[in-house]
Amino acid sequence: MKILVMVKQVPDTATRIRMAPDGASIATDGIKWVINPYDEFAIEEALQIRERFQGEVVVISVGPQRVEEAIRQTLAMGADRGIHVKTDAGLDSYQAAAALAAVARLETFDLILTGKQAVDDDAAQVGPLISVFLEIPQVTVVLKLSINPDTQRLVAERELEGAIEVVELPYPAVVTAQRGLNEPRYPTLPNIMKAKKKEVRVESLEALGIDTVPKVRVTALSEPPTRPSAKILTGDPIEAAQQLVNLLHDEAKVL
Amino acid sequence: MADDILVILQQEAGKVRRVALEMLSLAQQLRPGQVTAVTFGPDAESTKDVLGRYGADRMIALNQDVFAHYSSDGFAEAVRQIQNAVAATALMFPATAWGKDLAPRVAGLLQAGLASDCTEIRSESNGRLVATRPVYAGKAFATVQIDSPVQIFSIRPNIQSVKETNRSAEPFDCPIDLQALSFQSKVVEVRTQATETVELTEAEIIVSGGRGMKGPENFQLLDNLAQALGAAVGSSRPVADEGWVPHSYHIGQTGKVVSPNVYFAIGISGAIQHLAGISGSKYIVAINSDPEAPIFKAANYGIVGNLFDVVPAVTEAVHRLKAEQ
Repeated sequence: MKILVMVKQVPDTATRIRMAPDGASIATDGIKWVINPYDEFAIEEALQIRERFQGEVVVISVGPQRVEEAIRQTLAMGADRGIHVKTDAGLDSYQAAAALAAVARLETFDLILTGKQAVDDDAAQVGPLISVFLEIPQVTVVLKLSINPDTQRLVAERELEGAIEVVELPYPAVVTAQRGLNEPRYPTLPNIMKAKKKEVRVESLEALGIDTVPKVRVTALSEPPTRPSAKILTGDPIEAAQQLVNLLHDEAKVL
Repeated sequence: MADDILVILQQEAGKVRRVALEMLSLAQQLRPGQVTAVTFGPDAESTKDVLGRYGADRMIALNQDVFAHYSSDGFAEAVRQIQNAVAATALMFPATAWGKDLAPRVAGLLQAGLASDCTEIRSESNGRLVATRPVYAGKAFATVQIDSPVQIFSIRPNIQSVKETNRSAEPFDCPIDLQALSFQSKVVEVRTQATETVELTEAEIIVSGGRGMKGPENFQLLDNLAQALGAAVGSSRPVADEGWVPHSYHIGQTGKVVSPNVYFAIGISGAIQHLAGISGSKYIVAINSDPEAPIFKAANYGIVGNLFDVVPAVTEAVHRLKAEQ
């Protein structure tokens, strides 16, 4: 099995988001950059599949120089090699997916794994877009994945609102990972050392033939509306509880 | 039918989710008289009355047997064919598990831009639509412009208001070339989970517990309050990671992002990731023993106290209120 894992580097979820002076992006100074948490589930799943069926795990990421660090982290987890599509351009989901699909086409593969969404733009588009561009089927938000190499088919359980959907599909395919699929491993010290020697190939958007005109543009970014300061109730629990319910009923009119 | 909005929606046994009505109401407001609903499955036509009531001027019912079970590739290709026939200027999908799976696939086929999980859409003077959508799980809001000729949006449930406009939902026949459709990815089974409570992303009230609950056995207190309120139960990330509750309870930046009318944060300190996931709530109520907990800064109402005394007292007070109503 040759598995490609598409990874995005994002601000750590503990980051307090501040706006940049341009009013359409975030201030990036002081941000701790990490692997998108959902992509970690994708990497772990790829490593487990390789342990079962042998093969190769190749990690692909798009972004500026700093992205190499995220790729190195996945190599320290156990991925075999990395490909870095290096660009300082801010790509939309469509362009990022086009770049990743172009690399996938050159590499060839049995399976593509990625997270169900990136926790920065929360678009949840790249996985399905890659599958359209490569004309292969998809299954998203996957909690459980089984692979049958004899029939070249997957059975996946995906999360719906209050239900689990079981999906069958042939592979090559794109699978996007949801929390619960597995427990991502931590890199071990020997693997961290080994990762330094592993190959990270650099590709460019130009060579892949990707244009940098986005279809979706962020024209403004603003902070969420602030709430008026809270009414805090203290003292006897029974009285405080009654006051709270009265406020929700009479003032907020939500009960 | 140029200038139309196609509203792509899911029906099950002739029933549609509330978000379908929210989309129709929004589409009708943006493009009065030019809203076409598209729905799938053998029961598709039985949704006609409800779709018309809430804003569908026309409906395309793909009632063929092949649409009885969802297939992302099959459904996406069908939508592409419909769009090629009707040439709408905008498409709307629900930002549900179904819509989030389907919408980007359609966007790829139509080579169009998609704005996911929008909380607001408005019409510019040039007739183009502009969306607002939360990013970083609600730590910021982006205004997004889609530059492709066809604009595609997925709409976050529970945000738009529903308005009855009593349209006719005239059946519109749009022949589909079934031969051109593949159904590679196929739903073979749907297992409904124990659904005594409401699904979190659609709930009007959510009662949520954190580490302050001290153990899984104490979630019964929250279940009791939720039952009194007709609410759904959720949790912070640490307690889901501990296995006190299933992962599906986890609310926050890497869990569910919710937008209820009232969110009760009980024994939850208010980590930034959790606050991001609940920022769309209309009212936030915090119950915590630590007056310094960050959750109080995000709340509209707070009770500082021992939750094991306060929560049963709130449940009692809700029962009394309901008895009076």
